Amino acid sequence: MDALRQFGQYSLLLYQALRSVTEFSTYRKNLFAEFIKIGYESIPIIMLTGVFTGAVLTLQTAYQLDTDLYPVTIVGSIVGQSIIIELAAVIGGLVLAGKVGARISTELGTMRVSEQIDALESMGFNSVTFLVVPRILAGIFMFPVLYVAATSTGIFGGILAGALDGILPPAEFMQGARAFFFEEDVVFGFVKSVVFGFVITSISCFKGYYAFGGAEGVGNATTQSTVLSCIYILLSDFVLAAILL
Amino acid sequence: MIEVRNLTKSFGDNLVWSDVSFDIMNNETIAIIGKSGSGKSVLLKHLNALLYPDSGDILIDGQCLFELSYSELRKTRQRFGILFQGGALFDSINTFENIAFPLRYFTDQSETEIEYNVNKALKMVNLDSAGPKPTSALSGGMRKRVGLARAIILKPQYLLYDEPTSGLDPKTSEEINELILQMANSLDITSIVITHDMHSVLRIAEKVAFIDEEKLSWHGSLAEMKVSDHPPLVDFITASEYQI
Repeated sequence: MDALRQFGQYSLLLYQALRSVTEFSTYRKNLFAEFIKIGYESIPIIMLTGVFTGAVLTLQTAYQLDTDLYPVTIVGSIVGQSIIIELAAVIGGLVLAGKVGARISTELGTMRVSEQIDALESMGFNSVTFLVVPRILAGIFMFPVLYVAATSTGIFGGILAGALDGILPPAEFMQGARAFFFEEDVVFGFVKSVVFGFVITSISCFKGYYAFGGAEGVGNATTQSTVLSCIYILLSDFVLAAILL
Repeated sequence: MIEVRNLTKSFGDNLVWSDVSFDIMNNETIAIIGKSGSGKSVLLKHLNALLYPDSGDILIDGQCLFELSYSELRKTRQRFGILFQGGALFDSINTFENIAFPLRYFTDQSETEIEYNVNKALKMVNLDSAGPKPTSALSGGMRKRVGLARAIILKPQYLLYDEPTSGLDPKTSEEINELILQMANSLDITSIVITHDMHSVLRIAEKVAFIDEEKLSWHGSLAEMKVSDHPPLVDFITASEYQI
């Protein structure tokens, strides 16, 4: 029953956000601030995640395919395609559920329990337009940018690990990656990143916006938003794979 | 004029109060008193439709608050200023910007006009030089005064105060009481003060509404309160250790 009530509340919040998306002048400033916070400030952690994901994947793929049955370029093919289709978006999404999602729910939760959201409403602001819309839009627009960063650094990490460990030289890695490069895989990765951007920011906004009960309430909202974001990333990843692949 | 009509509110199975009715006339100062947890702040949030009742109405100059569309409600809310209990200042911007905030979004004032009006508001609350300070550097009393400056910046018709003196030392409480009187007199404003501070009530109120046992237990003028023999009200005043 509580899950149903929360789903109704979440749907209502999204409906209110959708209705007020045209009030650009209200949230313009916040939107650009969120572009910076969600996009620019997440680039270092996303690049780090990408490099290590690509490097570990290369070492493991080479270990598992340590046979003469396949050409060594297959390592580049598997690593490249896995990163483009799956890992850049999903691992990046899970990392951002912690970094971006936790920040959003804590920020809005604190504003809720310290009556800052009530203060906005009492002045005549639509607090959903002012606080929720820019965060969700920034997630939708910035996650594809972060996906590009994760993908390119992931492939770079793979090339680096392959070369440093003596598995295969960069040219052969790229030769293998190019052989199994399909444009629709990139489109699929972009679709995933947009969906994950929406999932993380909307769930975090919802949990923060309706937080209650002081510091403990904000803590609960943050934990719930991070856990729920991770679950829904994995769930939507499966649904998208079933539909698009 | 604000007319509160048969207001009932509960959270789940917990009844806050029922069938509350009273009027607030223009330009008067009314204190809504009651024990902690009696639902005073809940009532204040209904006056601005931040919360909705289970039943009953609030009429603002004859217009039913809870039947307004959201865009109408936003306009009506701008006729109110609220001083929240903790100030509710935005901690991502400094003191000056907190007060300038409504001006930037709801008026076409130039930067010079905004600066003039914000400084004027800061002067009214005796915080002339606090503008550049981050809100985290303000004391409890200063936060309330900045909250008050922000509440009056759009020249509201009604000013709602939620426990304006709670958590403050006697001297700062007295300064806040003085400010409430000053606002009421100089801004031609209707003041609604939620408090359990009887000293404050006696200093500022013209009318008093007493909430007790989930209902409006008593209401009348300050002079009537002083001579009232209504037992729960007498108990409340006695418990506050204040001699009238």
